[in-house]
Amino acid sequence: MSVVFYGIAALTVAGGLAAVLLKNTVHCALAVAVAFAGLALLFLSLDAQFVGFAQILVYVGAVAILIVFAILLTRGAEPVTGGVFSKSWLVGLVIAAGVFAVLGWAVLQSAHALPLVTAAPAVTVQDIGVALVGRYVLPLEIVALLLTAATIGAVIVALHEKERTR
Amino acid sequence: MAAAPISVTLDQVFIVLRDWLTHFLPAALQPFAAVVLEVVAIVCVFPGLFALTTVFERKGLGRMQNRLGPNRVGPFGFFQPIADGIKSLTKEDIVPLNADAVVHFLAPLVLVVAVFMGFAVLPMGRNMVLVDMDAGLLFFFAMGASTELSIFMAGWSSRNKYSILGAMRAIAQMISYEVPLLLSSVTVVMIAGSLSLTKIVEAQNQYTGIFPHWYVFTPWGLASFVMFAIAATAETNRTPFDLPEGESELVAGYFTEYSGFKFALFFLGEYLGMFSISGLGATLFWGGWSAPLSILSWVPSWIWFFSKDMAAIFVFIWLRGTLPRLRQDQLMNFAWKFVLPFTLLNLVVTALWRFMEGGWLRWVVCTAILAGAYVLMGRTGMHRKHFGPRSYRYAE
Repeated sequence: MSVVFYGIAALTVAGGLAAVLLKNTVHCALAVAVAFAGLALLFLSLDAQFVGFAQILVYVGAVAILIVFAILLTRGAEPVTGGVFSKSWLVGLVIAAGVFAVLGWAVLQSAHALPLVTAAPAVTVQDIGVALVGRYVLPLEIVALLLTAATIGAVIVALHEKERTR
Repeated sequence: MAAAPISVTLDQVFIVLRDWLTHFLPAALQPFAAVVLEVVAIVCVFPGLFALTTVFERKGLGRMQNRLGPNRVGPFGFFQPIADGIKSLTKEDIVPLNADAVVHFLAPLVLVVAVFMGFAVLPMGRNMVLVDMDAGLLFFFAMGASTELSIFMAGWSSRNKYSILGAMRAIAQMISYEVPLLLSSVTVVMIAGSLSLTKIVEAQNQYTGIFPHWYVFTPWGLASFVMFAIAATAETNRTPFDLPEGESELVAGYFTEYSGFKFALFFLGEYLGMFSISGLGATLFWGGWSAPLSILSWVPSWIWFFSKDMAAIFVFIWLRGTLPRLRQDQLMNFAWKFVLPFTLLNLVVTALWRFMEGGWLRWVVCTAILAGAYVLMGRTGMHRKHFGPRSYRYAE
């Protein structure tokens, strides 16, 4: 827990807060990108290079772009006129607090359940690769199949749209 | 030191210089000072190259178009970038009234910072790499992906239809060509067995006789390199992929509403992107800092890296002087129907190459598959287009 950690954590939380509090949807999307970058920095400060860079590549480079594209294409770029809070904010707060409590409880419990690790494990990118195509090859293949199905589905949806408008 | 031959000293001259400069400091500060010096070197050298490249590009394009190019400032116009720099520094910085001031301001900064980060992992000579990361290639692509967001920020915040159109085109193009860019680089990782760029260069820095083991001299490597070069040209928004800033259609695309130094920053970011992606291409396929013939190994390694980088820049300029701009649908069709299938096939061929140990058979098999697929895909693609004699609708 160093100054670096608190700095990055503050950046990430600020990005997340801005993402829900700002009025302009595109600003929110950019704030989400800041939060993603902060998360990547957190991973990097934990010496998890692969996860950190994958976080930037996938989330900042692809997911954030996808979000802004979706906002622009659906004409949601105009800032909202009213407040940013929905009418059912109390229910949302309760659900969020519940989820947070469960997650926090699980994390705190795991500290007792797992043996205390003194030395940081040295995981190289090669280890991750070997694990992916070795022990975890079946989940990897399932994810690949799912993504392929999703891609084909997206293409079919797009094709259908085109025929109808013709 | 005294025992080392002159070629080794020249090869390591920047390392020696850095160590000599830092040895004045207390030992605790030395690693930090060394990193600062290296960063300063990168931040000075590449913008310097950028200034030189702008004038070379204008002279080169002028030569290709039968005109002189800039020839007023200094001898043969070579002080033109200085004049341009002073001009862009002193010009008024105009921000449109309706623009989103904060995002408008941040966009060029994000672009230049992200582009500069890419240089951190490029080995520019023997022992000359800022951070030798285990996942260097991944870091490079992560930084490259971050530039897309800055282009969107620039286009969207300007509140200008040309800007937003340019940004949309840029992002669509960059996303489409990022897939083949990554997939063509993955082949190198498959053979070298490492994501570290220094290790990839070391794997290529071997010689049979006098000829190097560069990946571009293998069937899969050549195919990967061609796909990489196409995707890299698209990523850097250069002709023939310069639709995002096509000046005859969109004024200047996503940076239409930028003036003065911010415009210069976009310009700088674009050229730095060219330098870094060319450097990556040289590192992945052309042996990075290794010499093209083993008998030329006495030439300092950094000269080879920068020569390869500049040769790639010359090809960029040459293409710009030669090719017309693609249309948006041609761009997308080319990416998804030709480049992507070919890179996927090339992945399989590379795996084949990896597991067919040695011998001439793998050369024959891999070349046959790639050439066959290229001819087949080219033929079917051309067949579908129904090319015939050109007919003019209006200009008859």
